[in-house]
Amino acid sequence: MSLPISLQGKDLTALSGTILGRITSTPREPRADHILKLESRPEDADLQGYVAVITADRWDEALGLKGMAPVVHSVTGLEALADGDVVSLTPGGHVRSLYRINSPHNALFATERCNSFCVMCSQPPRSVDDSSRIGELLRLIDLIDPGTRELGITGGEPTLLKSGLLRIVERCKERLPGTALHILSNGRLFYYGSLAQQLAALAHPDLMIGIPLYSDLDVEHDWVVQAAGAFDETMIGLQNLGRFGVPVEIRVVIHRQTFRRLPQLAEFIYRNVPFAAHVALMGLEIMGFAVANLDELWIDPVDYQHELVSAVQFLACRGLNVSIYNHQLCVVPRELWSFCRKSISDWKNDYLPKCADCRARDDCGGFFSSALQRRVSRHIAPIV
Amino acid sequence: MWATPAAPGAVDEKVSPMTGKFLPRESYLPNRPGYQLLPFRFERWSGDEILLVNDVGELVFLAADLFAALVAHRLEPRETTYSELKAKHFLADTSPSVPIDLLATKYRTKKSFLDGFTKLHLFVVTLRCDHSCHYCQVSRVNEARSKFDMSAETAERAVDLMFCSPSRVLKVEIQGGEPLLAFERIQQIVALCEERNVHEGRALEFVIATNLVPLSDEMLEFMRQHSILISMSLDGPELLHNKNRPRKGNDSYLQVLRNLTRAREVLAHDRVSAVMTTTKESLGCPTEIVDEYVRLGFVSIFLRSISPYGYAVRTGEALRYETDQFLAFYKAALDHIIEINRRGINFVEVYAQILLTRILTPFATGYVDLQSPAGTGVGAVAYNYDGGVYASDEARMLAAMGDESFRLGSVHDNSYEEIFGGETLRALIAGSVLETLPGCADCAFLPFCGADPVFHWRTQGDIVGHRPTSAFCVKNMAILRHLLGLLRNGDSFVRDLLTSWATGIRSHPVAGAEGVARP
Repeated sequence: MSLPISLQGKDLTALSGTILGRITSTPREPRADHILKLESRPEDADLQGYVAVITADRWDEALGLKGMAPVVHSVTGLEALADGDVVSLTPGGHVRSLYRINSPHNALFATERCNSFCVMCSQPPRSVDDSSRIGELLRLIDLIDPGTRELGITGGEPTLLKSGLLRIVERCKERLPGTALHILSNGRLFYYGSLAQQLAALAHPDLMIGIPLYSDLDVEHDWVVQAAGAFDETMIGLQNLGRFGVPVEIRVVIHRQTFRRLPQLAEFIYRNVPFAAHVALMGLEIMGFAVANLDELWIDPVDYQHELVSAVQFLACRGLNVSIYNHQLCVVPRELWSFCRKSISDWKNDYLPKCADCRARDDCGGFFSSALQRRVSRHIAPIV
Repeated sequence: MWATPAAPGAVDEKVSPMTGKFLPRESYLPNRPGYQLLPFRFERWSGDEILLVNDVGELVFLAADLFAALVAHRLEPRETTYSELKAKHFLADTSPSVPIDLLATKYRTKKSFLDGFTKLHLFVVTLRCDHSCHYCQVSRVNEARSKFDMSAETAERAVDLMFCSPSRVLKVEIQGGEPLLAFERIQQIVALCEERNVHEGRALEFVIATNLVPLSDEMLEFMRQHSILISMSLDGPELLHNKNRPRKGNDSYLQVLRNLTRAREVLAHDRVSAVMTTTKESLGCPTEIVDEYVRLGFVSIFLRSISPYGYAVRTGEALRYETDQFLAFYKAALDHIIEINRRGINFVEVYAQILLTRILTPFATGYVDLQSPAGTGVGAVAYNYDGGVYASDEARMLAAMGDESFRLGSVHDNSYEEIFGGETLRALIAGSVLETLPGCADCAFLPFCGADPVFHWRTQGDIVGHRPTSAFCVKNMAILRHLLGLLRNGDSFVRDLLTSWATGIRSHPVAGAEGVARP
């Protein structure tokens, strides 16, 4: 399993800006786009043409070669980077992974901005002008392995990039035609049919938009996302996406404030969004605002079993593709196990020591690492 | 309505304030108090309960006092009923434009049977038949008289006309008389359609409605090669079937069974389905008829009401009496079918399935005989042996009885535009929009029901008809009430079973507490 990597080294001569490149540990042609990863400083090597060179060794004086690629040296933990990973190098010698070839959970982080302010947001938004990301993401897409099975686009709210998002999707279609694209959006800007229509017009061969819906009642949903009118915008957005044939997924985060109307929400989804390709019922991730609001949000999953069974049963009996995310098998009724998915990204996934004895461990999605220190169900017990 | 209700106090629970940057729930309440009603129809369900149904078939049962509070605008937002009515779009407390947009999308989905125009095309290739069923006034038993056969030229023109339909799906149903007696014509029609479809690219489907008796190996092989479905007539057990369907030798049942086995061997089991006609003789044996279908390995039955075509017109008390008898028959048969399912055998009653799909799902059903506007001409059309084009199969039966009221034209003399854009069809459609018909426009069951202008013409002399004395209305109201009653009061097995008919999902993916495993 791979963790996101942020390494620290030193730049030999100050980098003039951010450098993006694909890691290679063996010399290769063509060199463009690649960052040569060296175990040790070469005595005499031909290093021209790479976008950069990184090494664990100390390397404090220039080799004096003309056209020498920028060097980041004295990097610890370099072995974690695999050939094909894409990293950024920034002035000061920071090395950050943007794409990990061996992970199934890669995503393009579109923006930190958001037009909602969800009470349980795991990645609280920031009002910063990060529009420069678009260029970096387009560059990143060029460097990602075309064999990648799935790529997320997340944020913040990716649709705030508007035409920038369209350019990103278009570039993905060009460069990564075999990669499924999964966009996480609150759907509110698809209220404007033109955005849905433009996205549909790109005709990406394998794209889905995951859109959260927290209640069948506008007041409840608006309160959860802390935005008046959000429910209406999202519902019309869903209709627009459906009208233009963009596949949508409905994502419901279950917590103390949303669990009671889960059965009614299931019926509402069936009646109003029957074209949803997937419905994900998700456990709470205790990060970001969810930490601050934990007492108001936390409910032991065992205490909403009745609502969960009812909602899953209702949707599944009606042919909707339904999944349960972020739940440990020992707190889900056995008849729902077939709906449980190992949904937690590898880099934030963990288990408790007592899980070692569990026979179902290999089929269980486990915990968010962040939950283990904060709160887990009182019913966690190895299945033996 | 059938999702598990929320625990009480779902909406009004007081929440401790969150950290300063989050606003309380009250900040997201509508700016103004009060609500407005969205369109719905209602009907007294029982003594103190009212059934409310909106235009897209979502429904709520309300106690009479709550209903009174609703319409008097006295319902409080904190009440569970308020939430239910709001979520199902019976009321709106902010701008109604979004609920109305959602209702419009749902309405479009419910009316999507209109997309593409005429899908079902009936070809009456001959009136000749080897049976002389009492309920059929169409067939000519003299098998030698080929003047009741469709000519090659008529078939060609009818196929041309069919391909004028913009529908992406074209369902070709070949009828008679006994169509297998004109097998060459069937071969010609299938070949014409397939040849034409190389360029047209429609989704083509062929069905032959037959009594199965004249079936030869050569015919079966042809059907196999061209993926043709068989819809055969089976009225019940031997005695009843032979009584309803007399032929020389009185051996219809034996012949049918023998050929059913052969047909299933060659075409595959599920390529052969059966239809029954209910007669006065049938009314006494609901369970026997169902058992016969189960015994012969069918997975469904369509309990069709007694057809008014071919009999002398029945009116008033006689018709009412017959309708009541049919309803008793229908309910007994349905009860029996439910018990059969309880024993672990999957078996569906198709008319209930159609109505349940309308009640329980957001989708439309393609069934042409119960739509608003009626499916006459716009959903189905019949090309008679002589080239006459009729608005439905029943319309051409009327014609056989001397009433040409619903003749839309002729494949020989009229263009597609004249036939499908002509006054006869326009009048039929205009007169079959339930939303405008007296007795239907304000009926709570409207979204589940449909119009049958030809039936009302035949029984009441008028395509609109008079609802209080309409056998069609009495029958559908009673069946809908019965099904809604089963959904509301039936045990969990019955509710799950009826839901599975509507959704088409047979095996229960989640075994409930009282769930019974079904294969």
